[in-house]
Amino acid sequence: MTATAEQLDIAPLSTEEAGSQYLTFTVAGETYGVDILRVQEIRGWEPVTRIPNAHDCVRGVLNLRGAIVPVYDLRLMLELDWVDYSAETVVVIIKVRQRDSEKHVGVIVDAVSDVINENDIEISSSPSFGEHIKTEFIASLATARAGAMVMLLDADRLPIAGANSSDEDHQADE
Amino acid sequence: MSIDMAQFHQVFFEESFEGLDIMESGLLDMDPGAVDSEQINAIFRAAHSIKGGAGTFGFADISGFTHTMETLLDEMRDGRREITTDAVDVLLKSVDVLRDMLTAAQDGGEVDQANVDTQSAELKRVLDSRPGQEAPAAVSDGESETVSEATSAPVIGWHVVFRPHAHLMRTGNDPLRLLKEFRDLGDTSVSCDIGGIPEFHEYEPEDACLSWDIHLHEAVDKYQVQEIFDWVEDDCDLAIMEIHDESAPAEATPAASEAPSPAPAPAAESKPDLKLADPPPERRAGVDRRKPSKPAANTSAGSIRVDVPKIDSLINMVGELVITQSMLSMLGEDFDMQDVPKLLEGLAQLERHTRELQESVMQVRMMPISFTFSRFPRLVRDLSSKLNKKIELKMIGESTEVDKTVIEKIGDPLVHLVRNSLDHGIELPEVRAAAGKPETGTVVLNAYHKGGNIVIEIKDDGKGLDGDFLFNKAVSKGLLKEDDVLTQQQKYELIFMAGFSTAEQISDVSGRGVGMDVVRKNINELGGSIEIESELGVGTSIVIRLPLTLAILDGQVVRVGDETYIVPLVSIIESIQVRPEMINLVGGKGEAFKLRDEYLPIVRMHEVFDVSAEHVEELTEGLLVIVEAEGRKCGLFVDDLLGQHQVVIKSLEENYGNVEGVSGATILGDGSVALILDITGVIRLSGARQDDFRLPRSA
Repeated sequence: MTATAEQLDIAPLSTEEAGSQYLTFTVAGETYGVDILRVQEIRGWEPVTRIPNAHDCVRGVLNLRGAIVPVYDLRLMLELDWVDYSAETVVVIIKVRQRDSEKHVGVIVDAVSDVINENDIEISSSPSFGEHIKTEFIASLATARAGAMVMLLDADRLPIAGANSSDEDHQADE
Repeated sequence: MSIDMAQFHQVFFEESFEGLDIMESGLLDMDPGAVDSEQINAIFRAAHSIKGGAGTFGFADISGFTHTMETLLDEMRDGRREITTDAVDVLLKSVDVLRDMLTAAQDGGEVDQANVDTQSAELKRVLDSRPGQEAPAAVSDGESETVSEATSAPVIGWHVVFRPHAHLMRTGNDPLRLLKEFRDLGDTSVSCDIGGIPEFHEYEPEDACLSWDIHLHEAVDKYQVQEIFDWVEDDCDLAIMEIHDESAPAEATPAASEAPSPAPAPAAESKPDLKLADPPPERRAGVDRRKPSKPAANTSAGSIRVDVPKIDSLINMVGELVITQSMLSMLGEDFDMQDVPKLLEGLAQLERHTRELQESVMQVRMMPISFTFSRFPRLVRDLSSKLNKKIELKMIGESTEVDKTVIEKIGDPLVHLVRNSLDHGIELPEVRAAAGKPETGTVVLNAYHKGGNIVIEIKDDGKGLDGDFLFNKAVSKGLLKEDDVLTQQQKYELIFMAGFSTAEQISDVSGRGVGMDVVRKNINELGGSIEIESELGVGTSIVIRLPLTLAILDGQVVRVGDETYIVPLVSIIESIQVRPEMINLVGGKGEAFKLRDEYLPIVRMHEVFDVSAEHVEELTEGLLVIVEAEGRKCGLFVDDLLGQHQVVIKSLEENYGNVEGVSGATILGDGSVALILDITGVIRLSGARQDDFRLPRSA
């Protein structure tokens, strides 16, 4: 996976402007956040159309007012255990920029929780956890006023982390 | 009044490129010796528009260059110069140079100045080549100062009375610019009549209320004077009078006042149309639908010219739709069960109008294939002289309409195929004569509609393909084994393999062995197919089938487990239910079945796409959809057929990426997404090797 990200040669993290807000949501009890300006909309979970032979964390595609948008499961991207989707499960549609083009992707999270101001949190850089824990799309860690930790996601890296269909499958066929 | 001229540049470039196309095709049709004045006029007008536009927008080098061309064309137009092959060739090359210059100006790139200089010198050489011509020497700085032979009395100058109509400036013309042009012609004295200026409280700053008396003390041709007013003759009162040597202006002949132009002037005035020059007549029917281009506009996005009738029918259709909609909403406000028939009727109407509207909108994107074909006369002309072959190009069905995207993408593959026909197909005149064929070879380009597809045929009467030669070639290149058995058709298809070139001598025309595989790939990407028919010694015919549009597809909806997929109807041959005795196991694993007299591999869709939900396992309980792609057939095993729909193709790549075996997605009636199968990809995914013959990976 890491190799894929390097191959795609993506521009370095964009620095968030001062005074921005973050939408936070929970996955497996932890709080994650993403720049609110990147959030297009939040939808309740509805079954999606599976993409054959795609990576597990790609749940499928949905119809966003005529556009075909892929949906990634953040739990699976973080290699957490699978849980059944509930009434609280939502899909956050996020705008990501990749090589001059803007894409939309959906990210399945357990529940949305809050909107926080940047002034209310203290951002520190993301520590490295070594190879076995996926951190490539976590831009930084932040501490909220209440003392809870919020992991801020780098939206632009989400689709790369949930890389497109695994190439190995059909290369074997050739 | 300052206008940001840059916003019109895009329009200027588009018009200029169109003008160049007109010039090019006109020049190609021009028969040395026989002058068709209308044709030469069309070329001249195109050159003139480019020159004018370039001058207005400050592309001095372009206008200067075009001016020289125009001078030459003008002499041809007036019959003062014979049309020679040499002159036409030089003009054609100049068109190329001009195109380079325009492209460079558009992209802000560098012009190959040496090339431009050579070509200008060449043009001047042609201009000077006529000793009978009087003083064409001063080409570089202005007009050729030919004395008009038309009038008997010596004319020493011109007296022009120019009274612009009030709206002149709103048409984008500037009187000052016109007056400046006079100065270029020679010694000019101008007096201005300010009597037309109204009282201050009535004054409209955008009105032209001045008029001018212009005395040009130079014996130029009348057309040169008229030319200055070409763009404004409908928007002013104009009198051009000769000044004779006797200094007796009494017998002045009012000439071009109120030129009899059929243009509907009042209608044109009301539109804030910024057209700089009259479009050539053949384009009058078109209406401009271009937006003012943004500075960073992607040039490839371009614009479409749409015929007014098409727009009209769209507007009608929308009107109908609005009426139906209001009828339905009225019905809904106070709905009663008695109204059900009305409701159904209304819905039926809505459906009909929606469909018609959809068709009309599609029509807007349709363009005649002549946009692609128009480049071939030039190509054939250039190549045949390079190859020393005599070749005649026939084009049939140029008005066949195709989607704009198809037009854009089919161009290069077609060029390649035509080149191949010229280079490999048509023989040298001596060879042809020896074979008892006419010396002049014929290449026919034919486009027509057939069953929802557009078919393009490239047919030549050349030497045809030699299947055995191709086969041996492939063997010698290590692409095939000697004991492979191929049908004649399969041997022909060898030319589509990568790294396969039969040209004994590699020329710059063809023979590098890259191309035919790319041609096939491009055509497949458009959802089309390519076939070869050939007979040794008689000729080759290449048939390309393309979908009419890339936006909509006829699809068969199939079910696999709990998932639905769309199979493009064009790929489907038939759908059958197999009986146990039809099924064979090849090598204990690969499943095949016998359909009439051929064995086809079975591709289990649930395996290929790894469907986990409950699905039909037993071949006899599901259905086999027999599909064909790239000349290979197979049976797709699905659970059920659900129905046929026209589906709108949506891109998966826009937000996601390419998926093997899937060409796109669509949205079904219930709002859910269904994937459209790419049959070639599915076959590749399945690794179906049971084909009797399979080309080594070419796609």
